[in-house]
Amino acid sequence: MPGLVASGRSWLRTPAARGLTLVSPPFLYAILLLAVPIAAVVAFSFWTQDYLDLDRTPTLANYKEAWTQPIYRVLMIRSLLVSGIVTACTVILAFPVAYYVSFHVAPGRKPLWIFLITIPFWTSYLMRIFLWKVILGYNGVVNGTLTQLGFIEEPLSFILYNVNAVVITLSHAWAPFAILPIFVALEKVDRSLLEAAADLGEGALHRFLRITLPLALPGVIGASVIVFIPTVGDYVTPRLVGGPDGLLIANMIELQFKKANNPPLGAALAISSMFIVGALSLLIVRLTRRHLRNLS
Amino acid sequence: MRTGSHGLILYVALYLVFLYAPVLLLPIFAFNDSSIVAFPLQGFTLRWFDLLLETEALHSAARNSIIVAVLTAIISTALGLCAARAAIRYRFAGKRTIMGMIMIPLVLPEIIVGVSLLVVILQSGLELSLWTIILGHVLICTPFCTVILSTAFANLDLSLEEASFDLGETRWSTFRLISLPLVIPGIISSVLIAFTISLDEFIIAFFLAGTEVTLPVYIWSQLRFPARLPSVMALGTLLLLVSLILLVTAEYVRRRGARRSGSEGMGGLF
Repeated sequence: MPGLVASGRSWLRTPAARGLTLVSPPFLYAILLLAVPIAAVVAFSFWTQDYLDLDRTPTLANYKEAWTQPIYRVLMIRSLLVSGIVTACTVILAFPVAYYVSFHVAPGRKPLWIFLITIPFWTSYLMRIFLWKVILGYNGVVNGTLTQLGFIEEPLSFILYNVNAVVITLSHAWAPFAILPIFVALEKVDRSLLEAAADLGEGALHRFLRITLPLALPGVIGASVIVFIPTVGDYVTPRLVGGPDGLLIANMIELQFKKANNPPLGAALAISSMFIVGALSLLIVRLTRRHLRNLS
Repeated sequence: MRTGSHGLILYVALYLVFLYAPVLLLPIFAFNDSSIVAFPLQGFTLRWFDLLLETEALHSAARNSIIVAVLTAIISTALGLCAARAAIRYRFAGKRTIMGMIMIPLVLPEIIVGVSLLVVILQSGLELSLWTIILGHVLICTPFCTVILSTAFANLDLSLEEASFDLGETRWSTFRLISLPLVIPGIISSVLIAFTISLDEFIIAFFLAGTEVTLPVYIWSQLRFPARLPSVMALGTLLLLVSLILLVTAEYVRRRGARRSGSEGMGGLF
């Protein structure tokens, strides 16, 4: 026994043990306040709410309801579509900006540019969404300007209280999350490859399509996943600017947990949407990885 | 300059307008002398700010927000310090999984974090309070703190610590005398960033708030009343100002620290 204790003590002094000890407070925090709660949500999704009581007999009824009721299916498909469109818009709009900062800004000024791009993200989320309502509204900034300039006679109504408004607002909110990963990937592109291609007579467009874009692809995929997953969980933007037809699955989850007081159904909806989003993201990552391997 | 780059510069300029449009409009409406938040502007006024001074509910929300943000900043920076130091300095079994677990709140939808914490807190019979909000905020701030502090530790020259050991200092005194002073800029910037995130966070706070609310939850309750909107704009402007001051300070401190330890570093999140 003493030998065991001694060897245990000396193990505690090894770098590996020190590392594990050091990392354990944040790790335990994440386990206790994230892994355990998510496990609880999974458990909830198999239970039934019986007015104020919780019936703990395991059942698949919540999932059956979540996957077969038309209302949930409509909201889920709309959520996935909106998140998909938001992701595509955000990433496509962000790419040229990341490219500009990486290729055209002097190295010493790059941190300042990155800082400038991230500032709007740090301002109050609620206020930003609300101001988009002001910008896109019937008497808003866009309509006011266009009317004054004489481009339109009647205010445009298709830009607020519908899915378009949700897409615009979310594309704005997630812009830095798309720019940063693409920027990091572009920074890693070996500039001498581009010079070599130029020396060999490749045009600018070819150099971009055959060297820069494939090498930046991991960043583009990273950006897509980072934008796609969280946008499915947003219930504030659809509520403020989405109007009745712009509501998404997250609004339904919030409703079930709060006003409708049916946490088990809310849990089943949350788990189902996370499962679909996770599976889709994994599929995209796998496919591009295979594609990249074929290229090299 | 090549011909294509003019188009690119124009595009980037337009994109920055898009990015900054809401931020620039906020103060405009805060000083606008009209009870309707829309164009055309009606003239200059400070009355919306005066109104803020008279609103009692707002003051307690502001106090709550500061309590939550301060405690969140301290706790998540402490957890981030452990995680960053372990990630940069040591190798251990399951490192990728463990670090992944700590970083995952960064990509998880906030509604999942809010809902799952709500379920556990209600099941364990705890009351919703400011503490429950702090629990949620620490969870989402720790990954940001870990990233910022990892950069600070990565810039640290290991030979300085080794020299200190050789001169007879203990592990703890070396950390206190050598490593800590060099990563102080990282710590300050981590505290400020976590404070800013917590101050503005709504989704989780909305789920986990009891009777005591934070500023964003208060703002949410006011957005329903059109008459309150101009003073909400004034409040938003003040919050924007606070966030800006904190962020610029964080960035300034971080860059000075990066320069002192001999590397330039890139933006707050690298």
